[in-house]
Amino acid sequence: MSEINSKTLESQTKSSVFRRRVFGHQGVMIGAAIVLAAVLIALSAPLIAPHDPYYQDLLNRLVPPVWDSRGSWEHILGTDHLGRDYLSRLIYGARISLLIGVGAALISGLIGTVLGVAAGYFGGRVDMVVTFMITVRLSMPVVLVALAVVAIVGGSLQVVIMVLGFLLWDRFAVVMRSSTLQIRSMDYVAAAQAVGCSTTRILTTEIMPNVVNNLIVIATLEIAHAIILEAALSFLGLGVQPPLPSWGLMVSEGKDMMLFEPWLITIPGVALFLLVLAINLLGDGARDITAPENRN
Amino acid sequence: MLYYTLKRLGLAGLVALTVSFISFGLLYISSDPAIAMAGETASDADIEAIRQLYGFDRPILVQYFDWLQRAMSGDLGKSYYFRTDVSALIAERLSTTMTLGVSAITFAIVLSVPLGVAAAIRPNSVIDRIALFLSVMGQALPSFWFALMLIVFLSVTFRLLPTSGSDTWQHFIMPTIVLGYYAAPAIMRLTRTGMLEVLSTDYIRTARAKGLRPRVVLFKHALRNAVIPVVSLTAVQFGFMLGGSIVVETIFALHGAGFLAWESITRNDLPTVQGLILVFSLFYIVLTFFADLLNAWLDPRIRIN
Repeated sequence: MSEINSKTLESQTKSSVFRRRVFGHQGVMIGAAIVLAAVLIALSAPLIAPHDPYYQDLLNRLVPPVWDSRGSWEHILGTDHLGRDYLSRLIYGARISLLIGVGAALISGLIGTVLGVAAGYFGGRVDMVVTFMITVRLSMPVVLVALAVVAIVGGSLQVVIMVLGFLLWDRFAVVMRSSTLQIRSMDYVAAAQAVGCSTTRILTTEIMPNVVNNLIVIATLEIAHAIILEAALSFLGLGVQPPLPSWGLMVSEGKDMMLFEPWLITIPGVALFLLVLAINLLGDGARDITAPENRN
Repeated sequence: MLYYTLKRLGLAGLVALTVSFISFGLLYISSDPAIAMAGETASDADIEAIRQLYGFDRPILVQYFDWLQRAMSGDLGKSYYFRTDVSALIAERLSTTMTLGVSAITFAIVLSVPLGVAAAIRPNSVIDRIALFLSVMGQALPSFWFALMLIVFLSVTFRLLPTSGSDTWQHFIMPTIVLGYYAAPAIMRLTRTGMLEVLSTDYIRTARAKGLRPRVVLFKHALRNAVIPVVSLTAVQFGFMLGGSIVVETIFALHGAGFLAWESITRNDLPTVQGLILVFSLFYIVLTFFADLLNAWLDPRIRIN
């Protein structure tokens, strides 16, 4: 009886400490609020977007936002050079950014984790090969390779996700390798080996649960990285293709008129900046909370 | 030290070889140069003739070794678009990119090292908070957007600087800021953690205890040791900057290697793209090689392991 009590007491204190850390962390709270809002907006885009993001109203082109004297409540953030509602495009753009960020991070996370954990756990030749692969990957300029591949294969949502996924695994591999290396020398891993657990079992039940915190932190930061790269690729015309409302593409389309209508580039740019900032805050905060010793 | 140097040199060579193979193979499998060269109106027979003339019908490994052999002697082929030697073309454009890269990395160091040191001297002070705030903001700012905003404010609203081109030093100011801010947060954070770590060591306490002036302790004893990892990070960041130069040079119409990369990619100019990937990668490999050597020379623990 007393054992049970002390156990529940312990878990309560643990979770309450965790909760206090999360809610007491300003960065995490701000980041989480913005990310949550972005996810909700992206999910409910068809419900909340006031107009069809692809509908061209050529009679109402370049209507400025509502705070401008020429603006109207009909188009709160104005319309673009083809008369498409800017707010609706911005809302649908959140879908593209998040989809590409999460998709690319899933692919690169899978590649990087497999390589990193294998290198850290098996060491020796496996480690040598993986370390070599990481060095090779780091020597190749990401933007240049991504641009070249997209130019040849043709730009689309899927292509951009694949290209970024296959290019951004380096940080996953580096971090997973060093955390696995740390866990592998723990007594409980030696104990599992001593009682004859299979390698698969040790990797899934002893190693993975102990490196998953670091994995989440890197995944968060890489989502932000992928989002910013997609915007840059789309801005250069070699990413997501029109008429999709990618934020990078919106900045690119507004660029020619930015001297007369600066809001055309300010609005999607601020959206991009806020989303990436929020995801980074969340990632940095997650690191502070789960593994304060890994700061910086 | 000699053994370490040779080992690192061998590794660098192997990495360079692998990168060259990947960059060759990547573009080889994903496109047909004969079609690109023949143009849209060519018949099948024309394409086949070009394929045989340039040897595109040979196995990939044969073509790769042929390309590699010529690349080693500095011949990267002819540009499809400019009809000149790729190596001469890249060499000509690289000087602009180097000017930009050097000024950007200088800007980043001048901005971030003093800020990192100041933040480390008083952790959690106002300066530390400002430094952290700037680095978090900097990491979230898309460089292409930052560049456009600078143009809108500095060139158009206040008419201080020229928007594009590479004629005078003023043309380099905005590109330098955009490219430099991109490397600054990482350097600042590493300077800060390095300083914090060094400041808590025994020899700093000893130096303080024996009554050295704070300034001497800080700059002569602490900063020298804290700066070691920053040196190699700076080299790595300089390598990354070349990649970043594509975006920046395209926006400001600086005719450097980054702009050439964008031009060649949009024109399907395969030999130039291949050459640029190779040159950018080699540049990074050489930089990290020297950074590692410098580190090993400064810190004997590295070269023994």
